[in-house]
Amino acid sequence: MINEAYPVFMESLQVIMVLVAAPLLVGWIRMLKCWSQGRTSAGIFQPFRDLSKLFIKETVLAENVSWIFTATPYIVFGATVLAGAIIPILSVDLPLSATADIIALVAIFAIARFFMALAATDIGTAFGGMGASREMMVSSLAEPAVLMSVFTVSLVSSSTSLSHMAHTLTSSPIVLRPSLAFAFLAFVLIAIAETGRIPVDNPSTHLELTMIHEAMILEYSGRHLALIEWSNMMKLFLFASLGIASFFPWGIAGADNIKMLPMALLALALKLALAGIFVVVIETVLAKMRVFRVPEFLGFAFLLATLGMLSHFILE
Amino acid sequence: MNASFAAQINSILAAFILLTAFGLLVQRRVFGLLHIFAWQGLLLSISTAIVGYSAGLHHLYISAVLTLSLKVIVLPWILYVLIHRLKIHKEVEDMVNIPTTMLIGIALVIFSYHLTAPIRELSTLVTRSTLAVALATVMLGLLMMITRKKAVTQIIGFLAMENGLFFAATSATYGMPLVIEMGVALDILIAAFIFGIFFFQIRTTFDTLDLKAMEKLKEEE
Repeated sequence: MINEAYPVFMESLQVIMVLVAAPLLVGWIRMLKCWSQGRTSAGIFQPFRDLSKLFIKETVLAENVSWIFTATPYIVFGATVLAGAIIPILSVDLPLSATADIIALVAIFAIARFFMALAATDIGTAFGGMGASREMMVSSLAEPAVLMSVFTVSLVSSSTSLSHMAHTLTSSPIVLRPSLAFAFLAFVLIAIAETGRIPVDNPSTHLELTMIHEAMILEYSGRHLALIEWSNMMKLFLFASLGIASFFPWGIAGADNIKMLPMALLALALKLALAGIFVVVIETVLAKMRVFRVPEFLGFAFLLATLGMLSHFILE
Repeated sequence: MNASFAAQINSILAAFILLTAFGLLVQRRVFGLLHIFAWQGLLLSISTAIVGYSAGLHHLYISAVLTLSLKVIVLPWILYVLIHRLKIHKEVEDMVNIPTTMLIGIALVIFSYHLTAPIRELSTLVTRSTLAVALATVMLGLLMMITRKKAVTQIIGFLAMENGLFFAATSATYGMPLVIEMGVALDILIAAFIFGIFFFQIRTTFDTLDLKAMEKLKEEE
């Protein structure tokens, strides 16, 4: 009985954790950022307050919106939660993980992004179109690079299933692999671009000429905005945990082993806290780059990912 | 430190040498180029020392020290002084844009992997897999010499090519005889001095370090 219920329990636990921990991670990053800039922070729970405030507020819609605009927040939110159910965050033993591999995962993120861009252009404002076109430019360059980078891990573990990849990495002896080092560097660069952090995009700006993501969601309000903000937080969380699952899975709970769960939770919290510190250091040290430098940045990420793949063949 | 661990470290270093070769290709600023070049020399010298350790060949230590002193300290310093004297601060100008150069670079890496595949089958050394990286470094240096316009960056490309050759010698046959290595080192040092003199000559004659100016053969117009 225990064995049958275990995967379902694991899956639901993970989804709930993604929903709750994503705002916490964002709160942690904001708190660190405040400290690093000598400001008093609003506390680690501020994103929850923001979200609940947005859920209470009235939703204002423009007169000429179509169903795409109103449906997009739900689609984006649903796709992100689904992605959160696939990535092995706490345990490698996820029932949904068998249904989708890394390629499907990238496609799920692409669906969310596609609808977001559609909704941004649907409203007909200049900012929406600008944000959508920039987002598409960034993502069209980032997507091949993210695939290349995770494929390198797939080559090492000879599987595209994320659970299997994490399992192979944890169960095999630790070997120094240049391919994984390159793939990880590439992944970091892409994750920065995909989650819209500095130096590609600034999540806290509403300065018209530089924003990418914020330009797309400018017309959203109320619960729609809350859903989009929430899924954006989850996206950051998921990219962080995807990186952890593919490159540093040590500490993740094995199959059918509930005793490893507290340890896995602790390890995950520790790794995510470190990831948050890393993000803050990057955002403090670097300035946002020009939009036209972004292709070069992502081209470099693609180069690193390709080098990772090549060095798997050449050196290993 | 056993042999397989040494081989792992060596392949990591090879990967980073390849990365620095690409770094030289994409770097825009002259001083950035110098830094990357110095890093490449450092990685090369560590790699040589590790190969020397794992193969038990002590003359490789000498060439590692030679590489360290020459390619990490002396040559970058000479170039640094030159760049200062010539007052070059501008961004490096390139003929082909950087993303295209990167793609060509990736193609070159695949090509050199393909080229060295038969040697890899025959060789029994622990360093055989890094030969492809060494050849790729040579080719990337050549690519850098082709795609850059200014004399200084072409020289850095040339020196990067020499790094690649040195690495190839280490990984294919555990290094050249010491006499030859010392000769090459001396040549490189002398070349750096001669390049310096050339730079000044080119600049006083053409008022620019852009080598395109040298293609003009006639006085008139």
